[in-house]
Amino acid sequence: MMTDITIIGGGVVGLSIAHGLLKSGLNVTVIDGSDTDFRASRGNFGLVWVQSKGLNHPEYAKWTQQAVSLYPDFVSRLEREASTAISYQRTGGYEYFLNEESLEERAKQFSDLRDKLSGNYPFEVFDQQRIRDEEPNIGPRVVGATYYPDDGHINPLQLLHALLISCKAMGLNHITGVHLSGFNYNGDSFALKLTDGRVINTKRVVLAAGLGAKKLGPMFGFRGLVQPQRGQVLVSEKLPRVLNRPSLTLRQVNEGAIQIGDSKEDVGFDDHQTLDVTARIAAKATAIMPSLSNVRLVRSWGALRVMSPDGLPIYQASSKFPGATLVTCHSGISLAAAHSELLPRWILGSDDSPNLDYFGEKRFD
Amino acid sequence: MTNNEFSFDGQAVPFEQGMTLASALILNGIKSVRRTRRENRDRGPFCMMGSCYDCLVSVNGEPNIQACQVEAKPGLVVESTPSEPRLGFKEL
Repeated sequence: MMTDITIIGGGVVGLSIAHGLLKSGLNVTVIDGSDTDFRASRGNFGLVWVQSKGLNHPEYAKWTQQAVSLYPDFVSRLEREASTAISYQRTGGYEYFLNEESLEERAKQFSDLRDKLSGNYPFEVFDQQRIRDEEPNIGPRVVGATYYPDDGHINPLQLLHALLISCKAMGLNHITGVHLSGFNYNGDSFALKLTDGRVINTKRVVLAAGLGAKKLGPMFGFRGLVQPQRGQVLVSEKLPRVLNRPSLTLRQVNEGAIQIGDSKEDVGFDDHQTLDVTARIAAKATAIMPSLSNVRLVRSWGALRVMSPDGLPIYQASSKFPGATLVTCHSGISLAAAHSELLPRWILGSDDSPNLDYFGEKRFD
Repeated sequence: MTNNEFSFDGQAVPFEQGMTLASALILNGIKSVRRTRRENRDRGPFCMMGSCYDCLVSVNGEPNIQACQVEAKPGLVVESTPSEPRLGFKEL
């Protein structure tokens, strides 16, 4: 089988890239694994988020701002292309604080970042009165919140679904339930061997396999520096509208449930849930929104984030195997619009490619 | 009401010992126990094992109880769940 470009990984990152490449008229193949793989696209919290990204890396903050600025049009187009609704609200979002020192520290970090971004970082700090005016169900233990106007949230499963429908409508060759077992390279193109025995001949390869890059990265001359970080998520029964805007730990989805996160656990390749972390997440959530203690949980899960050593995306072209590129990031949801509209230009080496040198692997030298 | 009946929205529902509310409701021909809040569609017991959350009812005034997870007892007052119980939250 011949194809122009093969993307290894059919999650939101891989399909966002495929979406953009298909629009430029290329013949695109996506290889996806199965539900026994760690699939961040199916386990994530669903924030489309700017604040707190790149506090010490203005380049990353800028890239995220650019991605989120493209989001509303990106989602509208996807809805049209896939004839399906995607729940996305850019309402602005919060991080809640339970003590003054942490709030002041975060406000200082945001203010420093704003200076580095020539003033383009329109965050606000809401005091206790303001946040309770905005969110009447937030309790008295919350001393304040940071607010960023472009933050929002999306149903990540609807996004994934719409991306797949849209890509297929544009002719995507979508191969599921397989993994890459190896490849031959003739200096110009790749012969990718799949675990089901199939071989794909392709000029280019994009490795967008999430945590799979740990093993697959080194095969293509990359460093394989991704590590899992577990997050556990709780979901409540459906409620009438009780929150206006999402936050890092609480969001009310459009169907009414409250989704509660998030833990950050370094426990290796283990996406199980634990009672102690579940309890800690619930305790923090009820400290922020006391009436949650009246509400039943109906679902919970653990999932693994895809983390680079510094938490930033890695965009790297292979010097060992020209034609292969590595794309990996923690924030595949927030960056989806940029991955569809801008990243393909970088992958193809177009004149109008964004400059992504900052995100190469050489920063880990 | 006799010893082996509970009520559902005022209607007597007979049951045999050991049945869940959901089993007894279905056996008595009651398929819809609530309506959805967004599209006002009928919902009733579906999975019968606590997973689908479609069989939510109020039991003795407590909302959002899974009918398939509660054993039927004489005299229980079961009602179709009000679509939006407030649970102590302020209205937005």
